[in-house]
Amino acid sequence: MANTSERIRWYPGFREIALICLVILYAPLIIVMIYSFNNSPSITIWKGFSFVWYEEVFFGPESAKFKQATVNSLIIAVLAAITSTTIATASALAMIRGRRFRGQAMTFGLINLPLMVPEIVTAVATLIFFASIGFDRGILSILLAHIVFCIPFAYLPIAARLQGIANVYEQVARDLYATPGQAFRLVLLPMMLPGILSGFLLAFIISLDDFIITNFVKGAGVETLPTAIFGAIKQGIKPNIMAISTLMLAASFILVSISYFISRIGNHDR
Amino acid sequence: MAGIINQTSKTTDGAQTSIVDGKQHILLLPAWLIIGVLLVIPVILMLVYSFLTQDFRGGVIWEFSLEAYDQFFFDRGLFGDEPPSIEWTYIGIFWRSFLQALFAMIFCFLIGFPTAYFIATRAPQSRSFWLFLVTIPYWVNLLIRTVSMKFLIRDNGPINTWLLSGGIIDEPISMINTNFAIQIGLFYSYLPFMVLPIYASIERYNFALSEAAADLYSSRWVTLFKIVIPSVKPGIIAGCILVFIPSLGAFLAPDLLGGAKNFMIGSLVEEQFKGQAGDWPFGAAVSMILLSIIMVILLFYARAQIRQNDGGH
Repeated sequence: MANTSERIRWYPGFREIALICLVILYAPLIIVMIYSFNNSPSITIWKGFSFVWYEEVFFGPESAKFKQATVNSLIIAVLAAITSTTIATASALAMIRGRRFRGQAMTFGLINLPLMVPEIVTAVATLIFFASIGFDRGILSILLAHIVFCIPFAYLPIAARLQGIANVYEQVARDLYATPGQAFRLVLLPMMLPGILSGFLLAFIISLDDFIITNFVKGAGVETLPTAIFGAIKQGIKPNIMAISTLMLAASFILVSISYFISRIGNHDR
Repeated sequence: MAGIINQTSKTTDGAQTSIVDGKQHILLLPAWLIIGVLLVIPVILMLVYSFLTQDFRGGVIWEFSLEAYDQFFFDRGLFGDEPPSIEWTYIGIFWRSFLQALFAMIFCFLIGFPTAYFIATRAPQSRSFWLFLVTIPYWVNLLIRTVSMKFLIRDNGPINTWLLSGGIIDEPISMINTNFAIQIGLFYSYLPFMVLPIYASIERYNFALSEAAADLYSSRWVTLFKIVIPSVKPGIIAGCILVFIPSLGAFLAPDLLGGAKNFMIGSLVEEQFKGQAGDWPFGAAVSMILLSIIMVILLFYARAQIRQNDGGH
């Protein structure tokens, strides 16, 4: 029986296409990774393995610029992730644990609006907004713009987690004379934690990755890592860019892996 | 005391009390404020800007003008005194962006659907591993992915080097700075966006339907096109929208892979704010037209979904 259903589900060529899909997704990244270890000033010819471009990234003439950009990126990403996760947690509580209210569908639409408006349009609108109120463009303007588009990314895993927790737990806590605050802090919050952590990490990555919106709302001279890389590429791809790319790849990989395992742990103890 | 009794009785009535009772609006206030002030108001302001007069130092003069939309749709000659004829430059850029987004969507579907189907029919353990593999590139910086593609398809990049040394071609194939390169870039950028929603749909698909079809002598492919694909249509449409919309407004792929000649909507907009052109009202008008097109597409999508929910189950 299992065999027949296996055969019915099977389609010729689908396995091969799936493998091709993985090759397409990974080949460019892996090739850049390999060439970042190339012991040659040219990006074309392979001359053996070395860490020379990583040394260039950390100690070379451009290292100060990239270090400053990395620090900016990290500060913005941490603050944007903390703020958007807090806002998303509060919103998820009200949307999922609260009574139905007028405008609930509209609120849901509003929270997801940053996902629906194309990035380039958000970038233009935000730039026009800051320019028209005379808001100084720098780290703070980038941070505010990032908080907006991080909210839906933080909201989705938190809301999904909260929907999976039956509301009897808070009810029991309340019946045992816990205040609403205690019921939340001591009972619900620990159960929501995997979703919140997952949302935080996604918001963090999304903020760290953003180029288009940052490029529009950043002031002259303020760079994040992606805008600094973009500026450097405009003068041609150099091997140190490939080293930076490989480092960022590794960072994304680690963060996504952590988020993945947190959500799996979360699903197990449900 | 009265409060406690009141709440206990509510619980026994079955009317739920909740720890957020009476605090819903306070909890939602930050989200309303942030998104309202930093996205809704800016979009309205952008609409206003598109009807203002260009300040040549960048920015606008607060004077009503239809100049931006006029410039988009009509050609009045070099000095603006000839009778208006249709201006095809910008409509052409929109049309080409539309076609490229469409092709990106089709290619993503052709690779993404079989991949999603294959993953959804694995055993649970290997399924989550495959899913993990497809998800990773989704979270890798788009700029870095686009640069990697640029590196790969350069005239003296690895692909050309291998083809040359393998004796398959005699001189490098010029791929970079063409529309073909943009096409590859869009396909590569948004492929994971197609796989994930289709996967989510197929995972919920009841394969007993496929078995029933096979019992009734339906061939494999008839089952695929008449049973499987119609059942997972919501996932397919969601995937198509997730590829099409960002492709239409893409900036990195046309800018890094298409070079200076091959404009798409994203590069046209960027030019007005960051580049040479510096025409803010025109940039706002182009963004507004793009946003309107996308809102129409999303509206059709929402209506189709509502109809399906009403008619279906």
